[in-house]
Amino acid sequence: MFRRVLSGFAVSLASLCAITVPLWAEINDTALMNARPAKLLSEYGLFTDYANQMPAEGVVPYALVTPLFTDYAHKYRFIYVPKGQKASYDATEVMDFPVGSVLVKTFAYPADFRAPERDVHIIETRLLIRQEKGWNAWAYVYDDALKDAVLKVAGKTLPVNWVDETGTARSTNYVVPNKNQCKGCHTFDKAFSPIGPKARNLNMEYPYASGAENQLAHLSRVGVLEGAPSPEDAPRVPDYLDASAPLDARARAYLDVNCAHCHRLEGPASTSGLFLTWDEANKTQWGYKKRPVAAGRGSGGLEYDIMPGEPENSILLYRMQSLDPGVMMPEVGRTMVHDEGIALLKEWIASIE
Amino acid sequence: MKSTMKAFAAVILVAVSAPLAWAQAVIEIEPGEGVQEALQEALIMAEPGSVIELKAGRYEFTGALSLDVANITVRGAGMDATVLSFAGQTTGSEGLLITAGGAHIEALAVEDTPGDGIKAKGVDTVTFKDVRVEWTRGPNAENGAYGLYPVESKNVLIDGCVVKGASDAGIYVGQSQQIIVRNSRAELNVAGIEIENSYFADVYNNVATHNTGGILVFDLPNLPQMGGHSVKVYDNKVVANDTPNFAPPGNIVATVPMGTGIMVMANREVEIYENELSDNASTNILLVAYPREYNDPTYNPLPRAIYVHDNKHGNAGFAPDQAVKELIEPLTGSPVPHIVWDGAVDGVWAAFFGPSEENAIYIKEPEGTTFANLQFVKDMILPWGASVDTDIEDYAGELPSRAAVKLPQEQ
Repeated sequence: MFRRVLSGFAVSLASLCAITVPLWAEINDTALMNARPAKLLSEYGLFTDYANQMPAEGVVPYALVTPLFTDYAHKYRFIYVPKGQKASYDATEVMDFPVGSVLVKTFAYPADFRAPERDVHIIETRLLIRQEKGWNAWAYVYDDALKDAVLKVAGKTLPVNWVDETGTARSTNYVVPNKNQCKGCHTFDKAFSPIGPKARNLNMEYPYASGAENQLAHLSRVGVLEGAPSPEDAPRVPDYLDASAPLDARARAYLDVNCAHCHRLEGPASTSGLFLTWDEANKTQWGYKKRPVAAGRGSGGLEYDIMPGEPENSILLYRMQSLDPGVMMPEVGRTMVHDEGIALLKEWIASIE
Repeated sequence: MKSTMKAFAAVILVAVSAPLAWAQAVIEIEPGEGVQEALQEALIMAEPGSVIELKAGRYEFTGALSLDVANITVRGAGMDATVLSFAGQTTGSEGLLITAGGAHIEALAVEDTPGDGIKAKGVDTVTFKDVRVEWTRGPNAENGAYGLYPVESKNVLIDGCVVKGASDAGIYVGQSQQIIVRNSRAELNVAGIEIENSYFADVYNNVATHNTGGILVFDLPNLPQMGGHSVKVYDNKVVANDTPNFAPPGNIVATVPMGTGIMVMANREVEIYENELSDNASTNILLVAYPREYNDPTYNPLPRAIYVHDNKHGNAGFAPDQAVKELIEPLTGSPVPHIVWDGAVDGVWAAFFGPSEENAIYIKEPEGTTFANLQFVKDMILPWGASVDTDIEDYAGELPSRAAVKLPQEQ
């Protein structure tokens, strides 16, 4: 459904290019490198038409095979690497982006998920900017009066509502994170770090305006990425919803992108000893009959993070189904339960011996 | 708009000392509408070295606060005067999360967080002085787990603090190094004070009372930092720990018997001395191996090089609970002795001849102190079992006392 939205935009891009005069054609690299953030997103010049999510030249859209769950929000992701520079390929971690790069992520809710190109309500755009001293993060909340997004240092909570694919009305109090909350997940060895653009999660086809192409191949071809192998030789996680893919791989792909930024040795939840990266091979470390350390009442009275064959007796599932702030996992980033993710993990744990 | 104006009204920026007027400021915050945003913004935008002053009053928060800027002081008007209430918290797993070093939190209280009170993760140098963390409804399984929670940190100072009602440990220091916990009071928690998987901790002049267990020194497997060692527990008053265990089951702290004074699980080089221990219904001092199965080849489950001396023992062991009642009282009789060691050792030789000198348990207590070595391993090996050894003289000896922990924030 996500890919249909983007191809819809690709079509409107083609038809609108002839008649729309871009307000900001130039990306403002100076503003991006400033330690003090701009008050308005438009000052950076990343979009030619923000309300329609049309990126400026040099800002490349991308998607992830298995994305992070954020209260069912639709996300429009973009990579910007300054002209003449390239990101370096990494086989297991995030690509190495040069100073001046920006990762852009807009969160939006179509009024009706069954017609996702229409009536899209933009909530916010988060920027991860690679500055001299390291990455920096800022969230900009959309202001309909200004048709621009305004910096929100301390974050913001706002009600959102939509109709989902089944025609059911849904709503929640959506939380735009403050800068520290960004870092709460975006931490690698105590430094700010991106999470999404990893080879294994980029290795998929994307419907670019110029034609569908594998993302690793495309980023290499347009000069944004260097050192990437051919897509067949690069790692790939399955789409967690792909019923034809192995169950174990789907579940591990889901945990990798939703949990492993914290739950790894280099992450904020290192102290738990529960490590959920895609390639964690040690059974106890990924939770198999692992006892909780500091879960408190997050343990739900249960004994093990993953009780083989018994999803209802697994702390991992208990916490992911909770909305209690002292219990829920992930700790931040969601206010709703992800039914589809829970269903997958239930099936997976039930199948473990 | 109005609340934004009020929020900014709540922040009064007072520049301190030329030449740079915007660096090292004192930021004053008052309670009132918009304070969540105002204080969080101050915590994000403050320059290192700044002081954030919280005026007296009651502050209500609905979300967590976080501090990721180095060398910030957050100072209230007193632990009963400046009260940060998280009773209405709907998002975030602690009240305040600190992830930058040089943090100094002083003279304020954090109340009723659904999760942990104040957590400091991976920081170098953190001080909690005259800070109270309390769950005001008293002991309850729905209370957050930890009151003060420095973890994976070093140069940790907890001084003059009060923690009440934590459903795991009131003052908990985990996987850290160079620690002082002193002059503090832990009351009505499951574990009053806990030092876990940590190195070089001095725990002294505290009061641990009306908890389930007073002071715990634990080491657990399968964690990034293991092999807890070099802990001194002295001059504490560990009395009347008589709150039934209200920890949620599944956590290891849920196995702590009500009425445990000081408990050491695994760890090496722990010195317990000059404490006052009494009215602990299970036992005053309990020394045990990690009781559960584990599959970590680098982990040592046994307490080693433990030196217990010059403690003052009052009434204990008169109404034991959980494992002390089920496993220990049948062996020792009633009342359970002041000091109990489970006798778990490494191997057959040690089972019969005791652990090596450097790993042994040494006891040198005042006349009249009672003791039991349960000899669990010997008991398992011998077909006719092994009886409990209560001859405290057999364990006489001493270990050198380590030099005091020195912290940079005190130099």
